Amino acid sequence: MAGEPVIEARALRRTYRTTTGVVRRKPLEVEAVRGISFAVERGELFGLLGPNGAGKTTTIKMLITLLLPTSGEARVLGRDVVAEAREVRKRIGYVFGGDRGLYERLSAYDNLRYFAELYGVSGDRQRKRINEVLDLVGLRGRESERVEGYSRGMRQRLHIARGILHDPEVVFLDEPTIGVDPVGARELRETIAGLIAGGKTVLLTTHYMFEADALCDRIAVIAKGQIVGEGTPAELKAGVEEGRVTEIEVFGVGDDTLARVRALDGVNAVTVEERDQAQLLVVQSDSDREVTAPILAELDGIEIGRVSSREPTLEDAYVALVTGAE
Amino acid sequence: MQPVRVFWTGFVLHFKQLSASPFMLGTAAAWPLVYATLAFLMFRATDQAPSLLYAALGAAVMGIWSTTATSAGGAIQQQRWWGVLELLVAAPARLILVLAPVTVAISGLGVYSIASTLLWGRLLFGIPVHIEHPVLFVISIPAAVLSIGLLGLLLASTLVLYRAASAFSQALEYPVWTITGMLIPLSLLPIWIHPLSWVLAPTWGMAAVRHSALGGNVGIPLLICAALSLAYTGISVLLLQHFERLARERATLSLT
Repeated sequence: MAGEPVIEARALRRTYRTTTGVVRRKPLEVEAVRGISFAVERGELFGLLGPNGAGKTTTIKMLITLLLPTSGEARVLGRDVVAEAREVRKRIGYVFGGDRGLYERLSAYDNLRYFAELYGVSGDRQRKRINEVLDLVGLRGRESERVEGYSRGMRQRLHIARGILHDPEVVFLDEPTIGVDPVGARELRETIAGLIAGGKTVLLTTHYMFEADALCDRIAVIAKGQIVGEGTPAELKAGVEEGRVTEIEVFGVGDDTLARVRALDGVNAVTVEERDQAQLLVVQSDSDREVTAPILAELDGIEIGRVSSREPTLEDAYVALVTGAE
Repeated sequence: MQPVRVFWTGFVLHFKQLSASPFMLGTAAAWPLVYATLAFLMFRATDQAPSLLYAALGAAVMGIWSTTATSAGGAIQQQRWWGVLELLVAAPARLILVLAPVTVAISGLGVYSIASTLLWGRLLFGIPVHIEHPVLFVISIPAAVLSIGLLGLLLASTLVLYRAASAFSQALEYPVWTITGMLIPLSLLPIWIHPLSWVLAPTWGMAAVRHSALGGNVGIPLLICAALSLAYTGISVLLLQHFERLARERATLSLT
């Protein structure tokens, strides 16, 4: 198995079938994942980065055997996720973000004891292993309390403890910091970094740019079910380093105006951030083109505030990739 | 992985979780008292009725079935609402070992029904609790609880794909009381219903409980109860395998 990727997806595709209408129901197909391929090496922390609805969770659920792919193939630790689901399940851990997924009226210890049993952690090892993971996630001393009294950050740390109880080689983390306050999220990121230091391979999905930048060895940017960029954070940044970002504060810009700005020569991507009464127009352009004057010309008649220019960041790389897919 | 350990740990923790719910506990302990009171008053009104202990035991097992019928049909749906179903399916343990403890723990709340009903009969109606074969009684109670829990599992596995599972399961509450002899002796029912009674494990679980308490053959009802419970488990295994495959195809594990 030397040299073989730990996680491998080949032309993975997933379509959801649903219906519309009440009386006359019409079948509707939604392509959530449209033929994505990637490979994760042993000991890597690989990030799937994308906006909501991009197909990140669908991808992770196919890899952890909870969803069957419509077509394509995926292997984890050399085992097929469809034909060898049980073997895959024994060797992986899965953690998702959010409040749910725990038995509220049981203590954290009982929650962990139950999942230790489901994952075949033998009776004599259970107590020791549960104490180890409680130490790792910083919940030691709180384990006998009922989960219903836990904060969101504590629940999330308990989720991680549950996911690594059986000491899996590969851990899948689906937006683990979602809804957690900044301090709690930072602690969680330290815990995730600790998993890699402990020799695990981690696949992380997130839509937080800084999180992917801080944690991941490599990132695949996913948009509309397709991978639109892949590389190390530095490589992704390099893709837009040649460009330039112009930020213009405007008041009441319309869709027609935005379309005209997007159509300007040298403009690569345009996004709008709402800021109280104002909007911030973020324009990515080629560095060898002067676009500020043409943009201001298009904004003629609209009240304009501060205008500035800066170097591109990883977030700009992400925005350029995602908007390019639209 | 040891299946018995997985089952037992699951049972203990689900029982603990259910016992921490005042609603479940209250329902399990208080509801059978209504059945018991009605049965005592009915049985007292006629000379031909069986003993009041017969009625007390019937009311207690009715309570076990009521709790199971109202909760077990939607047991899988409940795990889905809690967001736990995906995690349970993603675990390497077989789905039957994950879900059987849930429905058996629900019927296991019946121990509260039995305790409250016998106490109620003793305190209010002066019914002496004289058990003919105490050892067999202690075996028959868990056998009846297990058989009802596994019938609940069969229901849960059959109805899992339907959102109205819980309502349908609840609709079975009264018919099952009647045809399993919990409330009235089977001999009072039309002959054509008897085969239906015979394929229901609680019929034999109820018979074992009554015979061990009041006298009669306990071995045969216990054996038939065990065989039928085993059959329910086998059918549930097949249904759950099918359900899991379908859920992975249709992406329904995380839906509420």
